[in-house]
Amino acid sequence: MGFEKFGVVSHTTKSKVADFVTYLEEGKVMATRCRKCGTSYFPPKTDCPKCLLSDMEWFEIKGNGKLITYTIVNYGPAGFEGKTPYTLAIGEFEEGIKIFGLLSRDIEEGDIKVGMGLKVIPVKLPDNRICYEFQKV
Amino acid sequence: MEDVAIVGVGQSNFSRGCGATISELCFEAFKEAMEGLETTASDIDASIICSSVYDKQRSPEAEVSEYLNLTPNPTFNIENACCASSAGLKVAWSFIKSGLHKVVAVIGLEKMSGLTSREVAEMMGRAYDITWESPFGYTMPAGYAMYARAYMAKYGITEEQLAKVRVKNSYYGAMNPKATYRKALSLDDILGSEVVASPLKKFDCCANADGSSCLIVARGDIAKKIAPIPIWVTGLGAASDTGMSGRQSLTSLKCAKEAAKQAYEMAGIGPEDVDVAEVHDCFTIAEILAYEDLGFAKPGEGARLVDEGQTYVGGRIPVNTDGGLLSKGHPVGATGGSQIRTIVKQLREEFGEAQVKGAKIGLVHNVGGVGHYCSVTILRR
Repeated sequence: MGFEKFGVVSHTTKSKVADFVTYLEEGKVMATRCRKCGTSYFPPKTDCPKCLLSDMEWFEIKGNGKLITYTIVNYGPAGFEGKTPYTLAIGEFEEGIKIFGLLSRDIEEGDIKVGMGLKVIPVKLPDNRICYEFQKV
Repeated sequence: MEDVAIVGVGQSNFSRGCGATISELCFEAFKEAMEGLETTASDIDASIICSSVYDKQRSPEAEVSEYLNLTPNPTFNIENACCASSAGLKVAWSFIKSGLHKVVAVIGLEKMSGLTSREVAEMMGRAYDITWESPFGYTMPAGYAMYARAYMAKYGITEEQLAKVRVKNSYYGAMNPKATYRKALSLDDILGSEVVASPLKKFDCCANADGSSCLIVARGDIAKKIAPIPIWVTGLGAASDTGMSGRQSLTSLKCAKEAAKQAYEMAGIGPEDVDVAEVHDCFTIAEILAYEDLGFAKPGEGARLVDEGQTYVGGRIPVNTDGGLLSKGHPVGATGGSQIRTIVKQLREEFGEAQVKGAKIGLVHNVGGVGHYCSVTILRR
């Protein structure tokens, strides 16, 4: 179990941060933090290149965020036929972390505004896949 | 230590289908670069092949160097996404400065017509983080569209101002016999084209293409003997940046600013000294970001340069006088070499209709990925 079911189309299966996917299934979006220097990592890393240590703790990203930017994609790559349009976005969260991902399809196009409030929430996708997405606060 | 000069430049026609093997494609650029030089292939003591390998051929350096009679001298493949051949020039410069080699061929190539547009989009998407970015359907246009959206939100520019970049570049593309698209486009053509990734439309985006480019780079003393007009490499800057979650800014490319700073320092000049520039206009927004990252305009004022016609020939700083990637098409590994070819020809005063009269200092800004890598090169007559 790992990244083979993460996102719409996955290209990797194994990673030392596969617990990220397990946490998603438990309803949490998590990042890692180096226990020595305190640097936070998203995407989560299992190793801290500053300290050359692999002593990380997980923490949940549950604070509010805001939308930094987005795009509505009408022409997707191979593997995304029939899945357009979808909206890619970057959110910045209270934990001091930026996250790249999909914006919820529940938000009407006219309601999407740079600066709007966001939460990042795990979501189930068809075919037993799992992901996270940004939802409006 | 001896200086380093570009003595020969060439490129193939850029097209949506070259009907040739990669080696045959490279010959077209090599032939143009070697013509008029007092030298032969056997004087080239190393070759650097620059490609992201969208063709079935793996390790293209073996096949290309054999076809061009560059064996048994060493050959290497440099991969740096869309700025591979600028990176190749930097490596060639280092080879020559170190004394390891005297004359180096930098050959950029990409053959993309063997794949569908969706397949290329998928392969390019895997140049991003395949664990954390590709699974969402990330594409090149989407990456720059997010920059465009953030930029428009911060500075209030319009889609029409973005389109004016394509109007300018299509005007020069119409004069470039080696460009894929040689038709001047109107604002209405561009604004009426279908949306690819909002706010970017089809004509805000460059197209995949087949193409090759070639630079012959030589040690200064040799350059003076074999070339009528050597063009000197005086500034080389390069930098990198993180994936999208780590970006400090979405309204400028940090790696481009850093590469520009290095190149200006090395050349001992500032942006106001540049007579003609080629910038990486993979998307219209990218040219506006480039104006600002290179110091041609202040942050937020890039679009005004196009509005005022300052980046046309005759303006304050003519940019993309060959039509840019938007007109030429973008054969990934060949693009930097094609940009450098244009500046070399401008500095030799060989650029015909779009010549910038008396140009002495030229600049090339070549970006890889969505601001993942950038090389800035400064050349001087």
